[in-house]
Amino acid sequence: MEDKLYKKIADSHKPKETKLKNLIIAFVVGGLIGCFGEIIIEIMCSFFHKSRAQAQVFMSVFFIFIASLLTSLGFFDKLVNKCKCGLLIPITGFAHSMTSAALDYRKEGLIYGIGSNIFKLAGSVILYGVVSTWLFGMIRYFIGGVL
Amino acid sequence: MTFKYKNVYVEDTVTFAGPYEKKGPLKKYFDKTFNDLYFGADSFEKAEIKAIRDNLNLMFKKLGKKKDDIDLIIGSDLLNQISASTYGCEGYGNGFIGIYGACSSSVLGMIIASNFIEYNQISNAICLVSSHNMTSEKQFRNPTEYGAPKPRSATFTATGAASICLSSQKTDVRVECSTLGRIIDYGENNPNDMGRVMAPAAIDTLRKHFEETGRTPDYYDLILTGDLGEYGKEIVKDYMSIKYNYDLSKNYNDCGVMLYDLTKQKEVLAGGSGPVCSALVNYGYIYDQLKKKKLKRVLLVATGALFCPLLVYQKENINSIAHAISLEAI
Repeated sequence: MEDKLYKKIADSHKPKETKLKNLIIAFVVGGLIGCFGEIIIEIMCSFFHKSRAQAQVFMSVFFIFIASLLTSLGFFDKLVNKCKCGLLIPITGFAHSMTSAALDYRKEGLIYGIGSNIFKLAGSVILYGVVSTWLFGMIRYFIGGVL
Repeated sequence: MTFKYKNVYVEDTVTFAGPYEKKGPLKKYFDKTFNDLYFGADSFEKAEIKAIRDNLNLMFKKLGKKKDDIDLIIGSDLLNQISASTYGCEGYGNGFIGIYGACSSSVLGMIIASNFIEYNQISNAICLVSSHNMTSEKQFRNPTEYGAPKPRSATFTATGAASICLSSQKTDVRVECSTLGRIIDYGENNPNDMGRVMAPAAIDTLRKHFEETGRTPDYYDLILTGDLGEYGKEIVKDYMSIKYNYDLSKNYNDCGVMLYDLTKQKEVLAGGSGPVCSALVNYGYIYDQLKKKKLKRVLLVATGALFCPLLVYQKENINSIAHAISLEAI
């Protein structure tokens, strides 16, 4: 049922979201995580004499571990509330989505619980990540001619 | 759809609340509160079942009755197949009805029980509702530990179990009349703004109740809606006065707003929701005030969003419903 009066009244009582503030927080936090990642890579390269490719893998694993640990200890969702999407967009968000799903369904068992549900949120990221990688790979192959 | 009752009374109530509700202003009206969300069980679903069992145990203890002295138990919760109620109520009462009215169940159960009692089909009944913040997050939204930022219009599912015993035996508080609501679709589909989804149902039931009884809002000392939150509440107030000329500015409030301290408890956003939200306020605080005769006549309008995530993803709207019941101190 359409009711213009209702829409008008309801719109007038809609709370204003602080979008700009959230955006700035997310930008700063996301940027800090990026900087921190770069520091880890530099340390791995300079002090442990790893190649840059190896150091990058180490950095990702480090962030995944930290995000999963904080999720399982119950801190991560509270941090997201403060830091907004700055924590969800980097790889920390991906790890968080998998760990939280696994935690939620652990009581239903290894197969029907964790196995079936761990990709509940991350499934979309993986599927469309793979599809877009393929798509852009093809574009690069045909237009750029680079193998 | 308004029914009047002559011999339906409230015998007693039992309210159990979770840790977030404990921090709210109504703490002293609850029979028992929990410090964590597990209640000593090993999963959230089992915690909800345990809360129901413990609640019924205390109710029978308070009433001084044996498990089969109660004719009917009406149970309701938010889990699929209303499983918390069906597991939790096992072994109690001579008959069981499981109902689903989402958050409107706290009043819907009372209406069904009152109709049975009024026509002497049964002599007493316990209406029980429960909800759990974590089980409903898991079922309707994201995994419980997943931290997705929510808009300020979102509501927070209350945790706890609450029951009320209605009977034909005379007590200080009676059920005076009730109005059954109908399913309303106002084209709303935002699960993060349930106040806006449910307000039309509350408005429809309130209007129907006033028209069918010939009363005006000032007949009641207090009119309460279930869980519209602070923004939905304002919508009802404005719409009722502009469209139908009913003034709700003096004696109207919302249970979702009353259950928490909205200035301090920022995590609840716009306020509480869930079947137990209105039940904790009504069976706890309102029943207490009626017994002490601080309130004489109260109209409760429990609102429910008939929200199915599957159908919302299939581009359907969220329907809503509201039922009203009027309680009177004698």
